[in-house]
Amino acid sequence: MINPTEYVPKSFRRRVSTFWWIGTWAYLKFILREASSIFVAWIVVVMLLQIRALKHGPAAYAAFEKWLANPFILALNAISFFFLVFHAVTWFNLAPKAMAVRMRGKRLPAAAVAAPNYVAWVMVSAVVAWILLRG
Amino acid sequence: MANRITLQVQRYHPQRDQEPWFESYEVPLRKEWVVLDALNYIKDHVDGSLTFRWSCRMGVCGSCGMMVNGVPKLACATFLADCAPGPIRVEPLKNFPVLRDVVVDTSDFLVKLGEAKPWIIRKTEKPLNEEYFQTPDQVDAYKQFSMCINCMLCYAACPVYGLDPLFMGPAAIALAQRYNMDSRDEGAQQRLDILSHSEGIWGCTFVGECTQVCPKKVDPAGAIQQYKLTASIEWVKSLVLPRGASPR
Repeated sequence: MINPTEYVPKSFRRRVSTFWWIGTWAYLKFILREASSIFVAWIVVVMLLQIRALKHGPAAYAAFEKWLANPFILALNAISFFFLVFHAVTWFNLAPKAMAVRMRGKRLPAAAVAAPNYVAWVMVSAVVAWILLRG
Repeated sequence: MANRITLQVQRYHPQRDQEPWFESYEVPLRKEWVVLDALNYIKDHVDGSLTFRWSCRMGVCGSCGMMVNGVPKLACATFLADCAPGPIRVEPLKNFPVLRDVVVDTSDFLVKLGEAKPWIIRKTEKPLNEEYFQTPDQVDAYKQFSMCINCMLCYAACPVYGLDPLFMGPAAIALAQRYNMDSRDEGAQQRLDILSHSEGIWGCTFVGECTQVCPKKVDPAGAIQQYKLTASIEWVKSLVLPRGASPR
């Protein structure tokens, strides 16, 4: 509620710079974490293209693989891999903050909440690797 | 250890200055001195016009929050020796309008704090001669959030609040959650509308710095994320359950 007769002292307010996130590691890490979503989206697009190539037969799949071998795509995917791992790790590490799991009245330590996420991640990765690599 | 250290303190006089500037002061570097002691030394012996807020000198009142070398800190809990060899840059809390020197206008926070209804709400009060019992586990559920001293360091660390001053902010939400988690409280539904607003919990992008700078280990970032889960469940319930089924 604004009181029209209220005394409003003169004050100074500094404008927040567009580059507020540069120079402080915590803020930069946050921006990188948010930006990693773009790379996650890119990998989803690559997977969809892969499925489409698979559907169109061996010739289309060979063309898709050739496209993947393009140095630019290779570099982009290498960067994407880094951001995907960064995305997953930061996500799992934030999970204990969002979930206050209580057992017998006591809150579980952060590591106990994060650990099942990592275990599930490793297990799913192992299953996918087994499917892909068994020949 | 050198026996003197330089403090670069931000100065701003609303009637004289267009914008803030820095003044350097040399103060004795004593092992047991905190930044607040240095500021008091300056005020007593060097420049009586230097203006800053303080009260308890022991990290309880939350008055002496300021930026020390760019990080939101309680001046009474930041030792000069830890900042040696200096210079130590002392600025007013970021994201707030500066009234004078390192004093900021806290009105915005106080309005938001009131909106969070940080008190126990009961549908029916017990008679005065009856007590509200709580088990240690029930106290544990909210105790961490109740440690907040309203020092506003979390607001200074929050880039969302800096960019969007309408955002309710970390401490107000953590304090709302402190009462939501209290077994004696019945006001969670009253707080839901203000908290689940786009300028409430959904304004938070989980930078997490509020928790890092909190001198009382309140973890406002955790409170906000936990409440996001609660608000989402309430929203699903309002979709699935017939109107009037969930208690309001």
